[in-house]
Amino acid sequence: MEWLQQLVNGISLGSIYALIALGYTMVYGIIKLINFAHGDVFMIGAFIGFFAISRWGFGFFPALFLAMVVCAIIGVFIERIAYKRLRNATRIAALITAIGVSLLIEYTTIFFRGAQPEAYPDVISNKSFHFLGAQISMQSIMILSVSIALMIILQFVVHKTKIGKAMRAVSYDVEAARLMGINVDNTISVTFAIGSALAGAAGVIFGVYYTKIDPLMGIIPGVKAFVAAVLGGIGIIPGAMAGGMVLGVVETVVSALGFSLWRDAAAFVILILILIFRPSGIFGKNTREKV
Amino acid sequence: MKSNNKLKRYASVFLASSLVVGALAGCGSKDNSSSGSSGSDSKEIKVGLNLELSGAVASYGSGISKGAKLAINEINKAGGIDGKKIVPVEIDNKSDAAEATSAAIKLATQEKVVAQIGSATSGDTVAAVQIANQKKMPIIGPSATSETVTVNEKGQLNDYAFRTCFIDPFQGQIAANFALNNLKAKNVAIFADSASDYAKGLAKSFKKTIEENGGKVVAEESYVAKDTDFKSTLTRLKSKKPDFIYIPGYYEEVGLIIKQARAAGIDVPLMGGDGWDSPKMVELAGKEALNNTYFTNHYSAEDPDEKIQKFVKAFKEANGGQAPDAFNALGYDTVYWLKDAIERAGSTDGEKIKDALASTKDLSLVTGKFSVDDKHNPVKTATVLEFKDGKQVFNSKVNP
Repeated sequence: MEWLQQLVNGISLGSIYALIALGYTMVYGIIKLINFAHGDVFMIGAFIGFFAISRWGFGFFPALFLAMVVCAIIGVFIERIAYKRLRNATRIAALITAIGVSLLIEYTTIFFRGAQPEAYPDVISNKSFHFLGAQISMQSIMILSVSIALMIILQFVVHKTKIGKAMRAVSYDVEAARLMGINVDNTISVTFAIGSALAGAAGVIFGVYYTKIDPLMGIIPGVKAFVAAVLGGIGIIPGAMAGGMVLGVVETVVSALGFSLWRDAAAFVILILILIFRPSGIFGKNTREKV
Repeated sequence: MKSNNKLKRYASVFLASSLVVGALAGCGSKDNSSSGSSGSDSKEIKVGLNLELSGAVASYGSGISKGAKLAINEINKAGGIDGKKIVPVEIDNKSDAAEATSAAIKLATQEKVVAQIGSATSGDTVAAVQIANQKKMPIIGPSATSETVTVNEKGQLNDYAFRTCFIDPFQGQIAANFALNNLKAKNVAIFADSASDYAKGLAKSFKKTIEENGGKVVAEESYVAKDTDFKSTLTRLKSKKPDFIYIPGYYEEVGLIIKQARAAGIDVPLMGGDGWDSPKMVELAGKEALNNTYFTNHYSAEDPDEKIQKFVKAFKEANGGQAPDAFNALGYDTVYWLKDAIERAGSTDGEKIKDALASTKDLSLVTGKFSVDDKHNPVKTATVLEFKDGKQVFNSKVNP
């Protein structure tokens, strides 16, 4: 059952993309900013998890929680310092700042610890069981369940809580929301906190699943998550999840067919095709711009 | 008349000043010649070390530097070469080809060294080879494995260029022989890093040797450096049922590949080249996954050979208990090889040293018994190491 095995591989990879894409999509949905520093928050999450597990003796879940908390703080910090004063600037200015923040995080990390990779310790048993001839490891199941759990919590927060209501209001119309007494700055900070926490969680999961982490590890998954977010419809939470899964499975299928050197290219071909044929993404509706 | 006087005055000033300048220049040139000659016929033999002491591959360059300096100290303590002490002239090329070129120029023209050791990587060594040929300064790359170091693109020999390590394709040959003869493998697979010439060279010669000796390559797959997810390709490889997989590449990816391969249920022997040699390898792959994996290397610190154990002991004493790696050993060997050549040449003349280097035969060094072929590549035994419970264990020596 080679194909079932490949599907399992693809979904595991896809859940990591999905977790990162959730943060991308939320931030974009609220302030229309493509936060390129998001992939680097993911990297920081991976390193915090690494230090928590290997140096301070944390278990998997405490480490995951710590990484999420620290990344949330870092996310708010980045927003307050770098993006807040650009709230009314042009979109391109914010975009370029995001790229600058991304490089700043990467090379600050390299400055403090060097560029050499680090190997994650084994915290989840690598045992696997057979299912219809495919091998499914505990790690894959863990990744998938953590991703799905976090997405459900996120959906709940966005649709059932007061702050979620505020977030939806701000994404709909910032000015009107402000007139209705919503604290826009705080809402945006919360969005960054949640998005960054998810990226931090993805970092720890990535480290546990793929073992190797290094200061530049956020670049490619960050860009892939961006593709996933666009694929699902940027700004739409279930879309990010679906986009991540589709991307993971497509990449795996491309490798499984023997074109392993084309897997990164495949992701970008998807991006180009979706931008040409359905710019609003799988879950997006074609809404007309308000004039 | 007046203007004539003026002219005379200018002329005399000009003459006087030019005399002074000339005298100064004379002094300068005398100084230069005296310092230059001290390198060639006094009690010193200057040897250049053009190494990567900072930058991306600083660990390779400084490893060679440590090994070379240990050898130089040993030789000087034992009375030097024909009573002359070796004086190392070390220049940091910052892991940069342009810096390596200017360092070579400085070594050849200003420092007037008898030979240059370095650089660690093929690219930086090649950058200095042209200078070496022009200035008739022998150059030995301790760990420059690319074929183009000693031979240019047209296949012509670079007269003054040598290397201490074996070339890339050589390791593929050794691995193929090891798989066929020691492990009795028949259906082999290759999973190579397609972004590195090193890995491609190894894979190519491995495949050639396997096919020439009755083996069969059932699958060939590639990955790109910096990939982290190899599961899908490994699943595909597994379905082809190979009984041996050759994975030439560097430890950063190979560590992950091995871990993911074992998790995917691939339990056949895996093998690679010297790019596997790193303590990080064990962390990345995990001790258990590394069992039943092998790699070719320049030498093993655990080789019971007496010469090697003597070197390991001396190195540990000089470096606070740290065990020497392959770069240390290659740096060390390069100095001894050069010493042997200078002694046989009976001179520090670049051309004579070059001829002596080229005619080296059965010289016993730490990294193997050493002869030089007509392309200035060493023909020597390679060591196969095996991972056992996360430790590199000496497995066997394989002849080409």
